Amino acid sequence: MGDAAKPSSRKGAIELKGICKQYGKERVVDGVSAVIAAGEFFSLLGPSGSGKTTTLLMIAGFADVDKGSILVDGANIVDVPPQRRGFGMVFQNYAIFPHLNVFENVAFPLRARKLPDSEIRERVQRALELVRLERFSDRFSRQLSGGQQQRVAIARAIVFQPNVVLMDEPLGALDKNLRYQMQVEIKEIQRRLGMTVIYVTHDQEEAMNMSDRIAIMNNGRIEQVGRPTEIYENPASSFIARFLGEANLIEGVIESETTDALATLRTAGGHRLRARADEPLNAGKPAQLFVRPERVMLTQFVPSIDARVNGVEGRLVHTSFLGNILRHTIEIEPGIRVTVDVQNASSDMTRAVGESVSLTWRVNDSVILQR
Amino acid sequence: MFVMPAVLLLAIVFVAPLAWFFIRTLAEVGTPAEIVSHAWTILTSRAVVTALSTTNWIALLVTVLVLVISYPLAYYLANNRGLRFTLVLFCVVVPYFTSIIVRTYSWMVLLGRNGIINQGLLSIGIINQPLELLYTKTGVLIGMVYVLLPYMVLTLFATMKAIDPTLMRAARGLGASDFYGFTRIYLPLSIHGVISGSLIVFILAIGFFITPALMGGPADVMIAMLIERSVEIMFDWSGAAIMSLLLLFATMVLYAIYYRVTDVRRMMGA
Repeated sequence: MGDAAKPSSRKGAIELKGICKQYGKERVVDGVSAVIAAGEFFSLLGPSGSGKTTTLLMIAGFADVDKGSILVDGANIVDVPPQRRGFGMVFQNYAIFPHLNVFENVAFPLRARKLPDSEIRERVQRALELVRLERFSDRFSRQLSGGQQQRVAIARAIVFQPNVVLMDEPLGALDKNLRYQMQVEIKEIQRRLGMTVIYVTHDQEEAMNMSDRIAIMNNGRIEQVGRPTEIYENPASSFIARFLGEANLIEGVIESETTDALATLRTAGGHRLRARADEPLNAGKPAQLFVRPERVMLTQFVPSIDARVNGVEGRLVHTSFLGNILRHTIEIEPGIRVTVDVQNASSDMTRAVGESVSLTWRVNDSVILQR
Repeated sequence: MFVMPAVLLLAIVFVAPLAWFFIRTLAEVGTPAEIVSHAWTILTSRAVVTALSTTNWIALLVTVLVLVISYPLAYYLANNRGLRFTLVLFCVVVPYFTSIIVRTYSWMVLLGRNGIINQGLLSIGIINQPLELLYTKTGVLIGMVYVLLPYMVLTLFATMKAIDPTLMRAARGLGASDFYGFTRIYLPLSIHGVISGSLIVFILAIGFFITPALMGGPADVMIAMLIERSVEIMFDWSGAAIMSLLLLFATMVLYAIYYRVTDVRRMMGA
């Protein structure tokens, strides 16, 4: 995106400092802190009830902040009413004004700011071109498809060139194919305009596809913040590991303390597995070994001692056909099953249920988790 | 098909007696030409012209007052839940189910020369003379506004409840002041309720009888009271019939407009 934007003059940096929100006795948001750079695409990802939408509503100004502060380019905006915060907003149900046509919907933020008519016309035109709706300016929302309504909502949110755009599950109501297409479009627009986007979603693929960084929320707190690949490959907890796609979490106890950021986990059946350990561990404590199914390989035999590879033998219990992948479930000892994803390539040999197989994965692809 | 019994019932107990009444009374006047000239004389008589203008003026005032009071009430109802909602709705709806005569007499007790309101204001010292609240236009307006309030509140409430609350949130989030958001989004979206409710209240107000008869003064003669007097005091059945026809005609015209407005709303899927 050939934006020769001036990164130094960019505005729209947001800092959340320990914000809290309580409804009755329940702490919905419990001390959320984050530093979001200007021009960053930042997602709040979590299951329903994790506090992500409330966090966004507090940033937008629709929910009061009980404790903590929200800084925009260094200024605290907690007491500023929503209409003065100057953020663009896209809502889950689009919130297109039904009695106004597409043009007037997009013009709304400009008219509210009392811009001259000629400028309004020009800016609305440009915004509609950006979302490829220039031929629909006379239509009303009931004459538009879901995807088109979503584009109107986006055009309306960016038409006044806000530094920050807040999006609350904007693609939740769209079907899967359209959703992917819109993800690409939103990301493209964000990159081109260089605005900060705070994006709330419960769809991990959506978050990973679009975000520069993701904050995983659970029980009103941020559990982990990082780039999509970081979080996917280095989850801080078993909750995050499971939330971001399929994960193997092998139960055991820590046998030896960390050396060179590596540790050994011993399962109940006596398997010794090595994995990365990013924080110091105590021997004897229960823990889980995390490894993604696509990182485990089915092999003919367990390779002879190689410190960089884990190898175990097991019995094939089940195979699921998922189109592009085959998902094998393999029991390595009573009570411990490992999922292995194999690309559905023609060269791959089929295996029968009950057959003995060997599994290997690189030590560096697995992590010891204590939470 | 399902409406046939209703239509039949309406024809037997309402349309037929009404038609029979009009035909009987007007036939006594004479030929159609004589009926027309008689009607012209009655409708241009001073009493009728005055009553018509009083009726229209009071109905208009009542409609405006009811609208002004009902809009915030309905807004409150549409945007609150639980105890607050129930309490306000209760206060609005309960009088709706109480006899209109009971309600009117209650107001007379409150508004009379020695009524609670005058006594209260006198004892605090805000006024030295009792206010002339009863048997004046003020009394009529207070009584009618009170009686007609629920029709407007419930009509507006239904319209406002259908407005998606995220629209107002979106308006504010996109930089609209509360006033701009209200005039540009909320008011246009609730305008059908305003029109429907105003028409209902106006239609009911022009035919009002009990409240103005009991609470009004000698100058506040509305058309329904004039009809009653024609029958009860002057035994002028044909005059009463002609005035009734006029009232019926006006009501039908307004109802036709009301029907169009609500129909259009349905077409828009709101």
